[in-house]
Amino acid sequence: MDDLKQKYLGQIAEAGDESALESIRLAAVGKKGEVALKMRELGKMTPEERQTAGPALNALKDEINSALAAKKAALADAALDARLREEWLDVTLPARGTRQGTIHPISQVTEEVTAIFAEMGFSVAEGPRIDTDWYNFDALNIPGHHPARAEMDTFYMHRAEGDNRPPHVLRTHTSPVQIRSMEKMGAPLRIICPGGVYRADYDQTHTPMFHQVEGLAIDKDISMAHLKWVLEEFVKAYFEVEGVDLRFRASHFPFTEPSAEVDIRCSWEGGTLKIGEGDDWLEILGSGMVHPKVLAAGGIDPDAWQGFAFGMGIDRIAMLKYGVPDLRAFFDSDLRWLRHYGFASLDQPNLHGGLSR
Amino acid sequence: MKFTLSWLKDHLDTTATLDEILYALTDLGLEVEGVEDRGARLRDFAIGYVKSAEKHPDADRLRVCQVETDEGVKQIICGAPNAREGITVVVAKPGVYVPGIDTTIGVGTIRGIESFGMMASEREMELSDEHDGIIELDTGEVGQSFVDWLAENDPAKVDPVIEIAITPNRPDALGVRGIARDLAARGLGKLKKRDVDAVEGTFDCPVSVTIDGDTLEQCPVFYGRVIRGVKNGPSPKWLQDHLRAIGLRPISFLVDVTNFFTYDRNRPLHVFDADKIAGNALRVHRAKGGETLVGLDEKEYTFEEGMTLISDADGVESIGGVMGGMASGCTEETTNVFLEAAYFDPVRTAYTGRALKINSDARYRFERGIDPAWTPYGIEHATRMILDHAGGEASEVIVAGKIPNTDRAYKLDAARVRSLVGMDIPESEQRQTLTSLGFILEGNMAHVPSWRPDVQGEADLVEEVARIASLTKLRGTPLPRLAAGVPKPVLSPAQRREAIGRRTCAALGYNECVSYTFIDQASAALFGGGEDTTQLENPISSDMSHMRPALLPGLLQAASRNQARGFADLALFEVGPAFHGGEPGEQHTLITGLLVGRTGPKDVQGASRPVDVFDVKADAEAVLAAMGAPARVQILRGAREWWHPGRHGMICLGPKKVLGVFGEVHPRVLDAMDVKGPAMAFTLWPEEIPMPRKAGATRPALDISDLQAVERDFAFVVDAEVEALTLVNAAMGADKALIEDVRIFDEFIGGSLGEGKKSLALTVRLQPVSQTLKDADIEAVSAKVVDKVTKATGGVLRG
Repeated sequence: MDDLKQKYLGQIAEAGDESALESIRLAAVGKKGEVALKMRELGKMTPEERQTAGPALNALKDEINSALAAKKAALADAALDARLREEWLDVTLPARGTRQGTIHPISQVTEEVTAIFAEMGFSVAEGPRIDTDWYNFDALNIPGHHPARAEMDTFYMHRAEGDNRPPHVLRTHTSPVQIRSMEKMGAPLRIICPGGVYRADYDQTHTPMFHQVEGLAIDKDISMAHLKWVLEEFVKAYFEVEGVDLRFRASHFPFTEPSAEVDIRCSWEGGTLKIGEGDDWLEILGSGMVHPKVLAAGGIDPDAWQGFAFGMGIDRIAMLKYGVPDLRAFFDSDLRWLRHYGFASLDQPNLHGGLSR
Repeated sequence: MKFTLSWLKDHLDTTATLDEILYALTDLGLEVEGVEDRGARLRDFAIGYVKSAEKHPDADRLRVCQVETDEGVKQIICGAPNAREGITVVVAKPGVYVPGIDTTIGVGTIRGIESFGMMASEREMELSDEHDGIIELDTGEVGQSFVDWLAENDPAKVDPVIEIAITPNRPDALGVRGIARDLAARGLGKLKKRDVDAVEGTFDCPVSVTIDGDTLEQCPVFYGRVIRGVKNGPSPKWLQDHLRAIGLRPISFLVDVTNFFTYDRNRPLHVFDADKIAGNALRVHRAKGGETLVGLDEKEYTFEEGMTLISDADGVESIGGVMGGMASGCTEETTNVFLEAAYFDPVRTAYTGRALKINSDARYRFERGIDPAWTPYGIEHATRMILDHAGGEASEVIVAGKIPNTDRAYKLDAARVRSLVGMDIPESEQRQTLTSLGFILEGNMAHVPSWRPDVQGEADLVEEVARIASLTKLRGTPLPRLAAGVPKPVLSPAQRREAIGRRTCAALGYNECVSYTFIDQASAALFGGGEDTTQLENPISSDMSHMRPALLPGLLQAASRNQARGFADLALFEVGPAFHGGEPGEQHTLITGLLVGRTGPKDVQGASRPVDVFDVKADAEAVLAAMGAPARVQILRGAREWWHPGRHGMICLGPKKVLGVFGEVHPRVLDAMDVKGPAMAFTLWPEEIPMPRKAGATRPALDISDLQAVERDFAFVVDAEVEALTLVNAAMGADKALIEDVRIFDEFIGGSLGEGKKSLALTVRLQPVSQTLKDADIEAVSAKVVDKVTKATGGVLRG
């Protein structure tokens, strides 16, 4: 019996494939295999002989079966390994492409500005791009003869023959939205109004269309000191710096009084702008206390209410923050520019995660 | 507005440095735009003395000079004819940059003899055009800086020129004196008295002036006088220096006097040649319309009714407040001059100047508002200057009209500075500030000076006080929240929807563009626009003449530009306004996406293919879904003519509620806009999507069945024009309770089916709710599906 065991275990170990293994199985433990034949001989034995030979044969059969199973698994493993060795791929080949979309800097910066002012309680107001000259000028204390009208390089809309109304204008600033918002919502009021505006001018720093954001806060006791704080907070948050010096310079706008132009401390080193340090000053916006006539034009009693307003260029602060050199390129839709200066769709600015990465 | 430091100091007694003055100007609201410090670049030139000058042995015209300098005697070769022993000169030593010849001096050898510098002419230092010889100075110590010598002896040459921006409210600062007044109020010195005594007339004025009754509003007052026997000619050097420094060309003395007071006092004047005033009478009147005049700029102007004109017996001689006439102007030969100092109304002057397109110094000042009360003083100052330099004899002053009354007063409320500006300034300081600006305080009423037309209310007083005190000192004060606690969201649902639409487009791989909202007429017309109502009256170019009727033309133009740069595969989108009219509010928000070329560059996986309608359909549906549009929509045809007639669909809620259109752009449009196709696009109208009637954030309970769903496939042969959605809707209607979903999974056209036929295969998913489906149930539903579909389409179940 030991001979049988040696013989078959030896054959199993040497079997090269599954069919060889099957032949061995049939020869050994198949119905007509050697072990089966031995089993049949059990009947001719004495009960004593059977007592020992029976279990021994069963044990032999089990041993051969498990050797067969182990070998079968080993062969399958080897075959898989061999197949996988064949299945080699050049994984340096490029993957299937996916298009990467982008958000335009104007949209991104508008959302950044909105996030900051929303935190300070300002909601977002909108108004038409084509507006009447009353909303764009008269209501903002810029009467017909005012030199500011000529200086604004206004675009006028065509007037049909016989229509004697003054021509509508493409709004030269977002300020008309102030008036429309005052009319609609009254006081107290806190809004920002981002959007496109128009002036007939074209060079590296001027395009006939650009974007502004207007801010307006009206309440019983709002002063210019509040304006300064709001702008300081805004500039710090927007440029993502720890501190910033703001300089208020007396100026004049027909719709505010007193008026101030606002500069921020910065440095230009090797052509790189750094906000909040250095000895240079950069003008970023115009502001002031809303002129009583403007409040009245918006239907708000200037004896009971006062407030501040400011306006700045969205494109301009986008250029400053993200180092975009040429304003004209904003509107050229050059794919290279869109990809380079654009933002990922999931980079939605917010204050808890940070405005930019 | 330009002026020089020394001109400023004619009016301001100050020890302040240039930098202090510049800072104060900007801080006061007189923003410094530029400073030309002409002395700065001559800093290294120093004075020398020529000890000896010998003829160069090898050159007749050159001299070898031994020049004493601060570094000892230097040998300098010089070719100037006046180079000789014993003169005091200006020396540029090696290493000094000479601006007039744009050269840095080095040590050189000229015809074998070394030279250690150069002696400079005025032109070489850009001081004048003088180049006949080197500078010879009457005074000066060897080694002294030439700039210091100039500052002492010829200050105009190194006088810093300051340019400031003047906001429209500050006409008073269009005169140097007004600027000096602001600086004095700030504490940078004292305003000098510059009064002159009136000149007594020695004869009656031979020219008479009248103002028509209906013209008194636009020219309330006119002062004039004749000065006879003057000798016109070049102005004295100081006056020429003043004018040149600020970029004005000296013309002749009489004209220069008017220009001087224009800048010195914001007091435009005009001089007529008295002998050319026909009939010895001037009349100020409103234009009838159609009159003409050749102005001092030699251009002919035709007047509109109502403009202010000054005429003599022969006709128009001058445009009031804007420009004088050529014919009656002063020339070198003028001996009798009629001097005019008048006040013209700002509004009328602005309209006239704008209509005639004349940008003169006079118009610029009158339209902002000069000081009417200074009119009589202006004529006396000018008379005195003319008499002093050109001689002659002055007549009595004649006056027509009267000086308009500008007297008004506003209450100075000292607390208002605190409440409006947020600065604490003592009342005494506030009063002092206003007084130094020329306000006269009577109790707490502040009378406004006649030169400040901008001050029109109490808030203006606050502005003046704060401005002089310096807004730079303002400290920020936190703006309290409107309500305590976590801020509420501020965006409206429509604003959120637009933002989500935008970010979904970007997530789908589109690059956002922001295009000009005006385009050329031809492109606008291709997209249903380009009418007169959306036309700009004054576009800056014909490419930007009409408000865009849609976003697609702008994106197609962008695609064309990118294709020209070698980018063939594009995915662009824009979110923004389009215009359906020229009235305020005739605009609507659109979201448009454009795919051009292939889905991507050619790749080893073979995934790249030309973009097709179903790309933009998927994207349009994804963006609409993100914005909250209902899932059940109709797809209709019949969109506008810029879409491929057979390859587009309108995504609708009913025939009149169009949420969007997707499809292939019409090849003719592509051709017209020079875009290589194929081009697929979608346009969505976010404002058309109904707002959900949502009460809260809670979702309905999730209702799912434990019973297994069953899918059955069907194929129908239908006419080729039958739309898949018809089959889907019919199949869905077979059993609304049991059928959860119907999906088209195959389309087969032609082949054995024959012409005009196609086969559509669909999967129907059945979701039992109460009990597991038995074969009989499934058979029953299947029969109903076949029945519904064949009835709806006329097709047959494919065997």
